[in-house]
Amino acid sequence: MGVVTTEQVKPRRLPGVEGIWVFIGADSVIFAILFLSFMQDRLKNPALFEASRHTLNMNLGGLDTVILLTSSWSVALAVQAMKRDQIDREPRLLLGGAVTGLMFVVSKSFEYFQKFSHGLNPGTNAFYMWYFTLTGIHLVHVVVGTSLLTYLWVRSLRGTYDHLHRAVPESVASYWHLVDLLWVVLFPLLYLMRAV
Amino acid sequence: MSVLRERVTWVWLGLVVLTCVTTWGLSKDLFSPTVAVVGIFLIAAVKVRYVMLDFQELRYAPIPVRAAFEVWPWAVAGIILGFWFAAPAIM
Repeated sequence: MGVVTTEQVKPRRLPGVEGIWVFIGADSVIFAILFLSFMQDRLKNPALFEASRHTLNMNLGGLDTVILLTSSWSVALAVQAMKRDQIDREPRLLLGGAVTGLMFVVSKSFEYFQKFSHGLNPGTNAFYMWYFTLTGIHLVHVVVGTSLLTYLWVRSLRGTYDHLHRAVPESVASYWHLVDLLWVVLFPLLYLMRAV
Repeated sequence: MSVLRERVTWVWLGLVVLTCVTTWGLSKDLFSPTVAVVGIFLIAAVKVRYVMLDFQELRYAPIPVRAAFEVWPWAVAGIILGFWFAAPAIM
């Protein structure tokens, strides 16, 4: 009599709908091209980029990173709760994701206000053109993500999501983590990259 | 479900610690620019990888998809560091 193995192999799958991954892949490539273009411009005048970088608030940038990582963590926990049908846990975890997203928007608005009040704008020099372009495009992503998380939070209050009904929240979560990881690169690129 | 039993909690904690290391450690003048910048972007690539694998759940994605996405952080770090080394010194 042969030996029967009963080991369960977890099937490989992509969370959410496949279309969101096409978007995430395309967006990632676009941002990689933007990072490359930034570095090309920096090559022309590293002294200007270094002097301008020193005017950015590194502490605020670091805090923004912690805020987005915490937001992603809360949303990841919400998805885990859906998989286990822990419906009562979902709203507060999704709300945590939305509120921290809003905190990032407030922080970035404060930073923009500081820059404009000191006469620094996209026309000041090449560094500031890139600073406002890159952080501005990213901020649009944050606003969209925060709105989507708020929508999920409202729906979760009605017990809409469980292990069978989670394609939409998984898609939003995957997008939200993209927003997080883009900032993980953007922050050191703009705030921390010293010149030789 | 205790959050401490969740893998994503420990990943989040690790990512926050690495953020503190780069923001308030490596960025200071204690280190040479080369050590600081190479360290900061290698750590950024590691952080992105863990966000992909554990938050986006690419750890359990079909292998070709996971491999395609995992190239991104290292390619981006490579591009940034390549241009950084090519830049002339300003001192």
